[in-house]
Amino acid sequence: MPIGHVTVMDTEGLDALIRVLADLGYETKGPVVRNGAIVPGPVAGVADLPAGYHDEQAPGHYRLEHGDDDALFAWAVGPGSWKAEVFPPTQDLWRAKADGDEMTFTQPEPPAAPLAIIGARPCELAALAVLDRVLMDGAVPDPRYVARREGAFMVSAECGNPAATCFCTSMGTGPGAEDGYDLALSELDEAGGHRFVVRVGTERGAEVLARVPTVAATDADLDGRSQMLSSAAGAMGRRLETDGLPALLLRNLEHPQWARVADRCLACGNCTLVCPTCFCSDVRDTSDLTGEVLRQRTWASCFDRDHSYLHGGSVRASTSSRYRQWLTHKLATWWDQFDSSGCVGCGRCIAWCPVGIDLTEEAAAIRATDGAVRVAVTPGRRLA
Amino acid sequence: MTADVTVASGTELTSGRLQPTSPVVPVPHRVVARRHETGDVTTLWLAPLTGEPMAFRCGQFNMLTAFGVGEAAISVSSTQRESGALQHTVRDVGAVTHALCHAQIGDIVGVRGPFGTDWGTADDGAIESGDVVVVAGGIGLAPLRGAADEVVHRGGSGRGRVFVIVGAREPGQIIFGEDLEAWADAGARVMVTVDVSQPGWKGHVGLVTARLSEADFDPVGASALVCGPEIMMRLTARALVDRGVDASRIRVTLERNMQCGVAWCGHCQLGPFLLCRDGPIVPYGGVVSHLLNERER
Amino acid sequence: MKKTSVAELVSTHPLLAGLPGDAVDQVAGCAFNVAFGPGDLLLAEGEPADTLFLLRRGRVAVEINSPGRGPIVIETVGPGATVGWSWLFPPYRWHFDARALDTVGAIAVDGACLRAKADADHALAHMLLERVAAVLLDRLQATRVRVLDLYGVDRDR
Repeated sequence: MPIGHVTVMDTEGLDALIRVLADLGYETKGPVVRNGAIVPGPVAGVADLPAGYHDEQAPGHYRLEHGDDDALFAWAVGPGSWKAEVFPPTQDLWRAKADGDEMTFTQPEPPAAPLAIIGARPCELAALAVLDRVLMDGAVPDPRYVARREGAFMVSAECGNPAATCFCTSMGTGPGAEDGYDLALSELDEAGGHRFVVRVGTERGAEVLARVPTVAATDADLDGRSQMLSSAAGAMGRRLETDGLPALLLRNLEHPQWARVADRCLACGNCTLVCPTCFCSDVRDTSDLTGEVLRQRTWASCFDRDHSYLHGGSVRASTSSRYRQWLTHKLATWWDQFDSSGCVGCGRCIAWCPVGIDLTEEAAAIRATDGAVRVAVTPGRRLA
Repeated sequence: MTADVTVASGTELTSGRLQPTSPVVPVPHRVVARRHETGDVTTLWLAPLTGEPMAFRCGQFNMLTAFGVGEAAISVSSTQRESGALQHTVRDVGAVTHALCHAQIGDIVGVRGPFGTDWGTADDGAIESGDVVVVAGGIGLAPLRGAADEVVHRGGSGRGRVFVIVGAREPGQIIFGEDLEAWADAGARVMVTVDVSQPGWKGHVGLVTARLSEADFDPVGASALVCGPEIMMRLTARALVDRGVDASRIRVTLERNMQCGVAWCGHCQLGPFLLCRDGPIVPYGGVVSHLLNERER
Repeated sequence: MKKTSVAELVSTHPLLAGLPGDAVDQVAGCAFNVAFGPGDLLLAEGEPADTLFLLRRGRVAVEINSPGRGPIVIETVGPGATVGWSWLFPPYRWHFDARALDTVGAIAVDGACLRAKADADHALAHMLLERVAAVLLDRLQATRVRVLDLYGVDRDR
């Protein structure tokens, strides 16, 4: 089966696919329902997937509803992203023990089983590609990230039900999956039955798919996929105008919009927690009574007050400067640092912001009054 | 499959240099000498437990681990002409640097590096012919020590003159006095000034930019290396530009919170730069001159 | 009426008190009345320097920014003082920030306009520079004494 080959399978085929992956030794994860949200969890079969669930998202709003249908992927994205699987929130880097003249370093074992992900959205594949540029493609690759990422088997689920917070089409990351997958699924649940159009992305994907019952794809199947994608693209809830966006933001560093958003922003960091591309981490050493030293790396946020600690204080003391840092990094300076945008249009930051700040609105507000305020200096109210 | 790095003194390594097994594991070094410079500043000499000290380019920094406390970014202050242990000059400003400043001879310190950009003063570096003006403020002389030594001892004809201008708070805070004398003996024009005088001081008292204006370097084709508190670097760079030095040939060193040294943790961002990778030494022209004036960036 | 009131304000400000009437008119021709709210920046380091501020009401802090330490106040000035000198000499860029500490009322004099008038009228230039030099000398002498750190911990002096 060559790369690019298209075929069709039903839910039993998908179930078989998941079991094949388990037989091959993969630790398989996928979307599961927990505590009223769709989050990453272990998946042993189709029964673990969120059949019949639909999400409703808006700024500061996320609700899951259960319908009569049996569609497995008729929702957009949940708060968790696959980032946590390849870049864990807490990692032990090493333990060290001094013994006289010797120093022994021990690094943790890598996970025993490689990772398989069922149902990664195209925007999530794009997010992993963004993270690859940071943690894999730089001068110093992160060996644990590389190993976990390269060993991971990705089964993507294309989008048919974008949320009101989605804007993947603005970022060129969806609703269809272009690359970054071993297999890509497009769920069809209408006349013709509940089935998945399956596209092969890699040889590894082809080998696994060969062990699962599939049938040939018909024109009706391919049309069904096209229609799903074009309808999803047309139903995007939001839009981010990306034309000249980096330069726009960087020439408006003293725009009054930063102060306005800071009036609402709690600097809680939720956006950085749910964002699939945020990669900042803290490195901390601790020691115990035996004298063993442990160095750990944990997720951090640029909204943390001490994130920019220097010379006895924080460089970015104000909330407005921290919001500005987050937005200008995500949409502007990420290009300078990693030659891509940091945003994939998943909309999680909008849904999971407790006060409903919408970065597409913030960018649009600045664009609408580009250069409105002279840099830094208040002109003063002119009298008489 | 665990990776163990066990290092015992006296163990020979075939490669001659101890290689870290991973970018995050420090190479254990021993403090072989220490010198209290002044006030809160101490110099440590670190030698690897086995093998030769690492190669570095002047201006680069290492991440030094005080085991059990943490890690800090400290510039290498050795010169290329010195063999043996690596010199690091540390200022006590927090828990890690406090521990490093109080490390005693025989203590083990972890070293990861070298990281970052350099001053461009090596023979294959970017500094071309023309006068070289080194301006150091306070402890800023430490990251510049190797580079100043390199330009003072550059070979080759057609090289310009070297000016080393040093500003300190008061006479007791001037560091590396022997190096300053040696560079003067080797033909550099060394000019020292303090902000505040002390009894017995017969030297200059005034801002470092005042001494800069007395230095008769030719701005055309000149290069400048500037290191010190950010305010001092802003004033000095501006003064150099006003004097006619090409902004792209002025190098300054930018500083931000650093935690990993390998461009993973995101802390050292300053605008478009990840300073552990794209800096800390950067040319002053263009975006840098704006960055230095942008508040809370 | 507008110009008269500005001219009156200009003539009563300590920097320019005693200027003859036509000199006052010349300065007033470059000036306008302006107000700032607490926290507003009058001028910012690195920006083009183009205004002389004659303070009438309120206090202003001359500051310099240092990452991690934030803005450091170098000096505060109040009614009757002047803020902004770098418009006098090239490269016409501010060297510090100036921030209103409360509601500030001031006369803002356009620097380029004033320079042009001074270039054309040397008597005016002389009068202005005399007054400016006196203020600068006073500030320099005060700054020199502050550098002595007279109240600091007694070192071996």
